[in-house]
Amino acid sequence: MSGTPARVVIIGVGNAFRGDDGAGIAVAQQLAEQAPAGTEVLEESGEGAALAEAWKGAQLAIVVDAIRSGGTPGTIRRFDAREGPVGDEPPGRSTHGFGISSAIELARALNELPPQLIVYGIEGRDFALGEKLSPAVEKAVPRVAAQVLSEEPESARVR
Amino acid sequence: MSGKNIKVDILARVEGEGALSVKIKDHHVADLKLRIYEPPRFFEGFLRGRKFSEIPDITARICGICPVAYQMSSCHAIEDAAGVRVQGALRDLRRLLYCGEWIESHALHIYLLHAPDFLGYDDAIRMAQYYPEVAKRGLRLKKIGNNIMKVVGGREIHPVNVRPGGFYKAPSKKEVADLADDLEWALNAALETVRWVASFSFPALERDYEFVALRGPGEYPFNEGRVVSNKGLDIAVREYEQHFVEEHVEHSNALHSTLKERGSYLVGPLARYALNFDLLTPVAQEAARSAGLGPVCRNPFQSIIVRAVELAYSCEEALRLVKNYGAPEPPFVDVHPGTSIGYGCTEAPRGILYHRYRFNEHGLVLDAKIVPPTSQNQKSIEEDLRQFVEANLDAPKDKLQWQCEQAIRNYDPCISCATHYLKLELERE
Repeated sequence: MSGTPARVVIIGVGNAFRGDDGAGIAVAQQLAEQAPAGTEVLEESGEGAALAEAWKGAQLAIVVDAIRSGGTPGTIRRFDAREGPVGDEPPGRSTHGFGISSAIELARALNELPPQLIVYGIEGRDFALGEKLSPAVEKAVPRVAAQVLSEEPESARVR
Repeated sequence: MSGKNIKVDILARVEGEGALSVKIKDHHVADLKLRIYEPPRFFEGFLRGRKFSEIPDITARICGICPVAYQMSSCHAIEDAAGVRVQGALRDLRRLLYCGEWIESHALHIYLLHAPDFLGYDDAIRMAQYYPEVAKRGLRLKKIGNNIMKVVGGREIHPVNVRPGGFYKAPSKKEVADLADDLEWALNAALETVRWVASFSFPALERDYEFVALRGPGEYPFNEGRVVSNKGLDIAVREYEQHFVEEHVEHSNALHSTLKERGSYLVGPLARYALNFDLLTPVAQEAARSAGLGPVCRNPFQSIIVRAVELAYSCEEALRLVKNYGAPEPPFVDVHPGTSIGYGCTEAPRGILYHRYRFNEHGLVLDAKIVPPTSQNQKSIEEDLRQFVEANLDAPKDKLQWQCEQAIRNYDPCISCATHYLKLELERE
């Protein structure tokens, strides 16, 4: 399939009904209008197997989600999944959860990680039920969107 | 904000938080508490004042794993209020959509969440390192389910194509026919799944459940049927609240659902199977028998086998529906509830999901009630655990803890309907 442009996918993750957990969705909604033609923008709930499917075959996948680390709300963190596990939560050890960290590690185990997989985390403050983002998180949304747009596929020189 | 010890609880979904604590004292279980959290309560309030047509899409957001169940139960309730019955090709298309959700949800649970418990792996990732082909088979099965949801539902995660009365747009004959090859593969893979999980070893536990599921003429239940049990219950959906009550329990902010005068009951695969075994296809029945199951299974740990049998059934049923498909025209019937109350109950992958709505003359929601399967099973989960722990008091703590977690996973507690991050505290005095 030479000549096919590198597939770029942006995945906003979260639940818009859980306060700041909607941060990733808000970024995806903003990028749905701003992303260059050919870039796919998806919204996901965070269920891991669906995520692994969403980034399959992509040269560059960018995942945006809320994080909880006790830091300042609105803080933006960037992780390169190729460098190692993302986050401190041991993957898989919850009764139902099979989330992003697990999806990344499962894809790594099956040798199916995209050549570039970048995760942006936005520090949230309030994850209670509701549709509103905290002011600090709301301010971070366009900043993350801009950073996501600055990510570029390493295209042909990979491998 | 630097510092090496920041705990980054990155990307942990927050839909449901829960915990189980078990206290063992003087050689018996002194205390056992399951606490789970339930967003549907929030949605009940959130729905007030909304137009009936918005309900399917809003409730679909309650759960990332079973959006179709929420859409279907709400649509049936709205149609009940409006006095409309959806039949023929539209009904078949709904059934196909539901097959997609069962395939997706059951494959996810069997392969990525539950099987690692039986094989002694901490999680699916470690399992995948040793059995990559098995993990890939599970992921492909799940994808085929998701693909049905995409073709019929419009999207995989929060399908947007469902409306009261049917669909916004019916998929073309070709789009549906294109699902057939994958489904042929999926049926074989599902039968292979039954053989695979049947080879696991299962902790001993037999429970005298009251099984509750839908049952209707001629088909294994998805969308319709009466609410029946193995202990004499046989009621129409609209009579549900005359027989089931929700009670507050001190240790949980969730409500425990019980059958009046009889207490706990069980919904989900084991219940559906026990009450509808005769309605499974010959292929699914034979798969169950070969796996060593009779027509009733009372060991909750073996629910993984029943789930696999239902996975096979869903693939076969989807294949049948795909082969017979003709696009319904128009893709919906008109539905306009006025001042009325409507009731709906369908079989989510985890068990019956009950919805009730009261509308005013403009079709706006006055109040709503949603009873998800996991809250109905809470009491049963506690009772399973109590019986299991009592019978295994001398087991090493590590092993007991492992098996308690496994016992909770028997129920496939829903990512957002109920438990997500579940902490288990086992205390011995």
